Amino acid sequence: MQKDNVQGIWIFAEQENGALHPAVFELLAKAQELKAHNGEAITAVLLGDQVEALAPALIAAGADGVLLAEEENLAAYSARPYQQALTQLAEKYCPSILLYPATPMGRDLAPRMMVSLHTGLTADAIDLGFDEDGVFYQTTPGYGGSILAHIVILEKRPQMATVRTGLFAPLQPDPQRTGEIRRESVSVELDDSYELLGCEPKVVSGVPIDKAEILVSGGRGIKDEAELALLRELADAMGAEIASSRPLVDGGLLPHSKQIGQSGATVKPKLIVNVAISGSVQYQIGMNGAACIVSINKAAGSPIFDISHYGAVADFKSLVPAMTAEIKKRKA
Amino acid sequence: MKILVFVKQVPDTDTVKLDPVTGNLRREGVVSTVNPADLNAVEAALRLKEARGGTVTAVTMGPPQAAEVLKKALALGCDDAYLLSDRAFGGADTLATAYTLSRAAEKIGDYDLLLFGRNAVDGDTAQTGPATAAFLDLPQVTLVSSLELRDSWLYCERTLEERIELVRVKLPAVVCVCREINTPRYPTLMNIMKASKKPLTVWGAADIEADTAQTGGKGSPSSTKKVFEPEKRNTDTVYFSGSAEEMAAQFADLLENQHLL
Repeated sequence: MQKDNVQGIWIFAEQENGALHPAVFELLAKAQELKAHNGEAITAVLLGDQVEALAPALIAAGADGVLLAEEENLAAYSARPYQQALTQLAEKYCPSILLYPATPMGRDLAPRMMVSLHTGLTADAIDLGFDEDGVFYQTTPGYGGSILAHIVILEKRPQMATVRTGLFAPLQPDPQRTGEIRRESVSVELDDSYELLGCEPKVVSGVPIDKAEILVSGGRGIKDEAELALLRELADAMGAEIASSRPLVDGGLLPHSKQIGQSGATVKPKLIVNVAISGSVQYQIGMNGAACIVSINKAAGSPIFDISHYGAVADFKSLVPAMTAEIKKRKA
Repeated sequence: MKILVFVKQVPDTDTVKLDPVTGNLRREGVVSTVNPADLNAVEAALRLKEARGGTVTAVTMGPPQAAEVLKKALALGCDDAYLLSDRAFGGADTLATAYTLSRAAEKIGDYDLLLFGRNAVDGDTAQTGPATAAFLDLPQVTLVSSLELRDSWLYCERTLEERIELVRVKLPAVVCVCREINTPRYPTLMNIMKASKKPLTVWGAADIEADTAQTGGKGSPSSTKKVFEPEKRNTDTVYFSGSAEEMAAQFADLLENQHLL
């Protein structure tokens, strides 16, 4: 789609089993800033079957209007029917911006939309805005997270991004807000080569890291299972959960569910203890909402200390067992 | 069964720095490696082949030195490999990359399954797999943490935010696997020796009949406008001091003050 005659900020209103994903409300809040700059209306695009009841909440949370496409072949998410429906709507109305939550569904669907609409798609943006030239940019941590980049989509429309969840605060819902709920008919073929058979809650050991009050998080300096065990003992003594930066997940010491930042979780615990983590941008973004940040690193110049409330320049192999012993002693 | 597995060469570091003078990325001394999740995709492909027979073809796009990742894939047990290398492919975003990979898949032909790693550690977009599926109008399953072939259906577990989803997809399809799906093998001496005799073909744009308006930088709607180092937020960090035991006591005091002990 070329850039002439495009208008509107669209938010993909992800829903599943009749519930909107919380990240949709974060995007509706962020979209207000974009609207303040370009003056374009915010439209929430709601796909599904019998989901009309969800529309008023989208208006109350900041949408100027809702495009509602109900179809029985959209009842459960699968990539091709959703791609088909959203493509029809985007081609009909030509939005200038189309944003998706960077959820499993958003990141499954958006790349296919990039192909259908032949436009650009920025992955997992951590910020959005207009720069000094008035160009819409998406900020992403690049090259492993040591630097940030502004990605732009200059000629093609809509300008699309999946947006990291958990970073923007939703607006207070205002039931007095008004907006048009417009019903759209889409023609969608059932994808008979893809079938959802069932689902079960994830069995995670302990509390998910984005819900934990205290975290002990390990990084590249942790070399093996024995060293990781020192962190586990500290976590057990404190009643904390184990988390990590990327290297321990890449190295196979911990599952992806424990990863903070980048493709992992954004956490906001009361306290986080960072052990042998240097602190890439990705990691910092993932955890700097913690109320209290304590970091242990051998290198005094480590970037992690720049964002820490408390630091210990020390070898964790001696300090962490001492911490565990001290806590056990005081708890006894 | 014919499996194509897509691999990427990535820098073996996550501490790429900007040159303070030129503002360019400093790449000297950065060693390249196979993207970790792609090794899981190769492993998944080899296990399917071992269980069901067939062939595994490794494909990458990149400069001539990206052949290294294909040699690794061949040493692990892939049967043949294609390097998509052409000046016209340089500077591609995920749209142009997926277009190029889809052209190669069409050219190789008769595939049953296209396997990708969940994401690459350098760009970390996780977009190339689904976008390639879209170009080929194939169904896709992302975030796959286990898979099993029964008849012509692939039964997959998807690890999502708070649940595990069980889906089945009919081949041909695109599947993007997580790190959790398996533990990649190491190459055996025998396979390393065999690898040098396996076919490794280099294809340019003409070989895969790619429209060069859709490849590389020219075919990429998105571009990087600027790169910058994030602002340092200086908090007044309080440092623990003394011996390990003394520091531990200061830490425990902190916990007590915060009512976390």
